[in-house]
Amino acid sequence: MAADPKQQATEERLAALTLPEGGGWLGAARKDALGRLEAVRLPGRRDEYWRYTNPAPLVQAAPALDVPDQVEDPFEGVDALVVTIDGDNIEIPGELPAGLEIGTLADAARADIHWAKELYGHREAAGSRPVSRPLAMLNSAFATNGLVIRATGKVAMPIHVRTGGGTDPILHHLVKVETGASVTVLESGIAGARSNIVTEIDVADDGTFHHIRVDGPTRARHGNTHLFARLGAESTFKSFTLSAHGELTRNEAVVELTGDDAVSHIAGAAFGQGDFHHDDTVFVIHDAENCESRQVYKKVLRDGAVGVFQGKILVKEGAQKTDGYQISQSLLLDDDSVFLAKPELEIYADDVACSHGSTTGAIDETALFYLRSRGVPERAATDLLVLSFLAEALEEIEDETLRANISGRLADWLSRD
Amino acid sequence: MLEIKNLHVKLEEEDKAILRGVDLTVEAGKVHAIMGPNGSGKSTLSYVLSGRDGYEVTEGSATLDGEELLDMEPEERAAIGLFLAFQYPVEIPGVGNMTFLRTAVNAQRKARGEEEVSAGDFLKLIREKAKALKIDADMLKRPVNVGFSGGEKKRNEILQMAMLEPKMCILDETDSGLDVDAMKLVADGVNALRDEGRAFLVITHYQRLLNHIRPDVVHIMSEGRIVQTGGPELALEVEENGYGNILEGAA
Repeated sequence: MAADPKQQATEERLAALTLPEGGGWLGAARKDALGRLEAVRLPGRRDEYWRYTNPAPLVQAAPALDVPDQVEDPFEGVDALVVTIDGDNIEIPGELPAGLEIGTLADAARADIHWAKELYGHREAAGSRPVSRPLAMLNSAFATNGLVIRATGKVAMPIHVRTGGGTDPILHHLVKVETGASVTVLESGIAGARSNIVTEIDVADDGTFHHIRVDGPTRARHGNTHLFARLGAESTFKSFTLSAHGELTRNEAVVELTGDDAVSHIAGAAFGQGDFHHDDTVFVIHDAENCESRQVYKKVLRDGAVGVFQGKILVKEGAQKTDGYQISQSLLLDDDSVFLAKPELEIYADDVACSHGSTTGAIDETALFYLRSRGVPERAATDLLVLSFLAEALEEIEDETLRANISGRLADWLSRD
Repeated sequence: MLEIKNLHVKLEEEDKAILRGVDLTVEAGKVHAIMGPNGSGKSTLSYVLSGRDGYEVTEGSATLDGEELLDMEPEERAAIGLFLAFQYPVEIPGVGNMTFLRTAVNAQRKARGEEEVSAGDFLKLIREKAKALKIDADMLKRPVNVGFSGGEKKRNEILQMAMLEPKMCILDETDSGLDVDAMKLVADGVNALRDEGRAFLVITHYQRLLNHIRPDVVHIMSEGRIVQTGGPELALEVEENGYGNILEGAA
């Protein structure tokens, strides 16, 4: 009998990795994650959750791409506290704004007692119920480093995490927002030719976490990220991702609203052409009353590009007065591009308002003619309509300065192709 | 300036002739009006001249200052000075009115080999022109035509015309959906642009817009042809007696 291909792929990958040294709480968490991974094994093509995206490039023992591209700073000009990750080397500025603590995972692991212990692997494990997320388990087991960020007050300045270097980094970040605290994290850079990044986030009651991530505009990258978040009562979680190009991206987000009156907004704008496969997989769990969740995803696909959206809102029994909204849309610029969407609602409470929708469309010919009749050449007119299409997702960025910054970046990247 | 000769046009998708030999010459400095019943081909003429897809020219020509329009892309026609004010201006969410106009102005300048206009100069110019059309700063910042009333949309068309400074302006049913005050504002905007080097082709179903934009020549169009040409009094005749008499006379 031939060996099970998933078993084989998992064994090959594990053989190529070394469990980082060190015992303590992190060592125990790594072993726990490895055990969970071995039980479910790495994803294969036939897994329902990977039906639209071939996981092979993310799973295989050696990355298929070996030279990470240099990438420009999309947040240039934004006043932020810059933390750089270059391979395993992390540089954190000496002076931090009030209400903020930042360290490395490696340092946190050396402490016997550390808040990180209660978070590392725990959110990830919770996020694997009911759907297992083996690449995140792999990350929890083998992550070489990461940031541990704790906000104890309202942090006045955003933290810009700029990740570069390495060809196959596995990074694991932790963010803890204490009661009433708030912090904004910006992420940019290309982590590597292939990357696996997990971020576990705990937002306590009345806390606020804003996250803006920009990936682009390099093409040679295979990226896989997971956000695992828990939201306490009256807390707010907002995450936006702009993706420009990239051969393969799978961004997963699992948000669990555990306290009443919590708010979760997740949004994404992506565009790519040709060798571009972009997958947003989102799972939002309402487990408290009177919470609001919103997902807005837009993808622009050209020259045979593929966009995937899998989004589920689960409203548990007792999560009354839930307000859930989900929209996923694609703009196909030719007949060769494909958008695959799987929106799902699963509701066990009887007094909720949930809606979801998904659309696929082409460029509006009337609008295109209108712009061209004013003298705008066809390609530039198409770019304007692409910006118009993506604008609704960009509107999800609350900070106007950051929104304008990203909008400008997007227009610039579009005009370059 | 604009010279249309024996223009025959059919729909691309079906074998249906819409224009059946239009001949029309509009001289620089003049305002010509085209009137006619619904379905006579007035709007098609404006779309064919500005280059909209979906039509096939089977015969004839249309030149602007001697250059053949019908071979050009819509943006090339715009760059040599053709402008169409839409009957139904298009809403473009997420794109600021000012951004759009600046892109258009600079694209045209670039196509003509002229230098782009700086952000500062552009701002000064647009503020001045917007003021005359009672378009406030908020309308300039808002996305193109989104949430604009019918009158605001038409004023925005005229603002675009004023900024782009075309030599041949086609107004397609600009009066539709306008109340008297809005129509007057739009007409004032158009009249302010009347100039010896600029010509207008005003397409309208009713005579009332022509009370405000006084035409030099009035044409009546029916079944894809111009069936009668006269002075402003022709428009008044339409107003009083409808198209019936004129069309019978022409037949």
